[in-house]
Amino acid sequence: MTSSVIGADAAASAPTNAGPSRTARRSGASAAWLGLVPFAAYVLLFLAVPTVLAIGSGFFDSDGAFTWHNLSALGDPVVLGTFGASAWLSLLTAVVGAVVGALVCYALLGLDPQGAVRQAVDAAAGVLAQFGGVMLAFAFIATIGVQGVITVTLRDELGIDIFSDGVWLYDLPGLILPYIYFQVPLMVITFMPALAALKPQWAEANLALGGTRASFWAHIGIPVLAPSFLASLLLLFANAFSSYATAAALASQGSQIVPLQIRAALASETVLGRENLAGALALGMIVVVGVVMALYSLIQRRAARWQA
Amino acid sequence: MNRLGPSRATRWIIGILVGAFFAVPLVSTFLYTLRGRDGSLSFDRWATLFDPAASAAIKPIWTGLGNSLVLAVVTVAIVLLLLAPTMILVNLRFPKLKPAFEFAALLPISIPAIVLVVGLAPIYLQIGRSIGTGTWTLAFAYGITVLPFAYRSIQASIDAADLRTLAEAARSLGASWPVVVIRVLAPNIRQGLLAGSLISIAVVLGEFTIASLLNRQVFQTALVVVNKQDAYAPAIFTLLALLFCFLLLLIIGRLARGKRKARS
Repeated sequence: MTSSVIGADAAASAPTNAGPSRTARRSGASAAWLGLVPFAAYVLLFLAVPTVLAIGSGFFDSDGAFTWHNLSALGDPVVLGTFGASAWLSLLTAVVGAVVGALVCYALLGLDPQGAVRQAVDAAAGVLAQFGGVMLAFAFIATIGVQGVITVTLRDELGIDIFSDGVWLYDLPGLILPYIYFQVPLMVITFMPALAALKPQWAEANLALGGTRASFWAHIGIPVLAPSFLASLLLLFANAFSSYATAAALASQGSQIVPLQIRAALASETVLGRENLAGALALGMIVVVGVVMALYSLIQRRAARWQA
Repeated sequence: MNRLGPSRATRWIIGILVGAFFAVPLVSTFLYTLRGRDGSLSFDRWATLFDPAASAAIKPIWTGLGNSLVLAVVTVAIVLLLLAPTMILVNLRFPKLKPAFEFAALLPISIPAIVLVVGLAPIYLQIGRSIGTGTWTLAFAYGITVLPFAYRSIQASIDAADLRTLAEAARSLGASWPVVVIRVLAPNIRQGLLAGSLISIAVVLGEFTIASLLNRQVFQTALVVVNKQDAYAPAIFTLLALLFCFLLLLIIGRLARGKRKARS
């Protein structure tokens, strides 16, 4: 489809601007629009419609009649508590991930970007940040699970029982370490370009004017990087807030965070005595993530001016 | 650049501390797969994995892996046959649409998979009735999940190649449009196409959320199922899959760097 379409345009751009070529251009343009149809239809059917359905289903009851009732679920103390737990977990792991990730970026600064270390770190960060999911949960079960290597070693060799107050790995506190494990690499991926864009000339100017390494970071480096850091922090928050796989594999039961509550709502018709709770939760979630991501792109745009 | 970087000692301290945090779970997982009941270490569990007699318990993993590979192939087909041609068309004929196209392509980043699945459930109910419940249909949803990754890889290649001039040159030499796209444009953006395909494979192999909530058996859901009886086999597959994805990304990084070098 693509081909015939652009062919007509090439014919139309020939020097003669006579009648036939003009018609060719017009029909070519409409044929070119046709070339966009398959992809547009695909995105509409599998991205736009599901999103609208997910948000919209919160507004309908089981008979398909419009209702505001389901949304009142978002005011339910249990649901509010879950949103609070999700926000707390996301904020904590985003802050830790951002600080540690920024330190890693700083350590990588000055290494040859084409070098073996940078290539390995980039690839490892990509794997752990984006494709870990369930597998990170298994790694942590093997490490600090009840039979985990670290758990057993600490217990047998040092007499320390990390689960003396009960097994916390499969509950909310157990999510913290695995979440940090994928937040730090995401920070490395998103923050590294900003740090790499710091110009050595700025450091030279600072030195020439009698500044020190510390004064460079205090007056130039940190102020320039602050917007990028904040933007990355927001991205990390949204990332933790929306992640499901790691939590689902660790906490096979319960609704400790919002995505797990959506799982429970999808699995049974009525949860907390409400219908279509999944839709209401999805709406609440997309509002939170949407606001955070909108702020992210605003700040990122401002940060981009230093990365020309 | 070096002047901004930390001193050697600082670099090593950060590297060792953070490196240890990241190495401990992976090394522990490896030791976990080796540790016998009496505390001795052996590769027995790795060997039984490939022993047909002992593999009944982990059969779901092989089935899931097979399904995931089929999904990866169909998803890559969506990227190469639907996304890539549309991107070429937009770049050649509708440059004004590029910002809108980019917005749509990057949108899935902002929509959590767990939200998308709430809306996909009724759509897949319809698909199940009309096309069937074959696992491969999940690739339609995965095509959306990989969209931002594939878009970025391919667009980077398109930006580096002057498609318009290439297309006009080929046309003026008498090439038909299918020939232009397949033999002139595609080879010039092949690094982007390859990187986009590889990253799509990595995304599909690691995807759990959508498959699990739509009750499809893929690699990751199979790991969770098997993990309930036998924690060791999933641990081994975890290590292998992470290593495989790491190698894929290493190749993608090479591709991107080669391209940058060629341009400069």
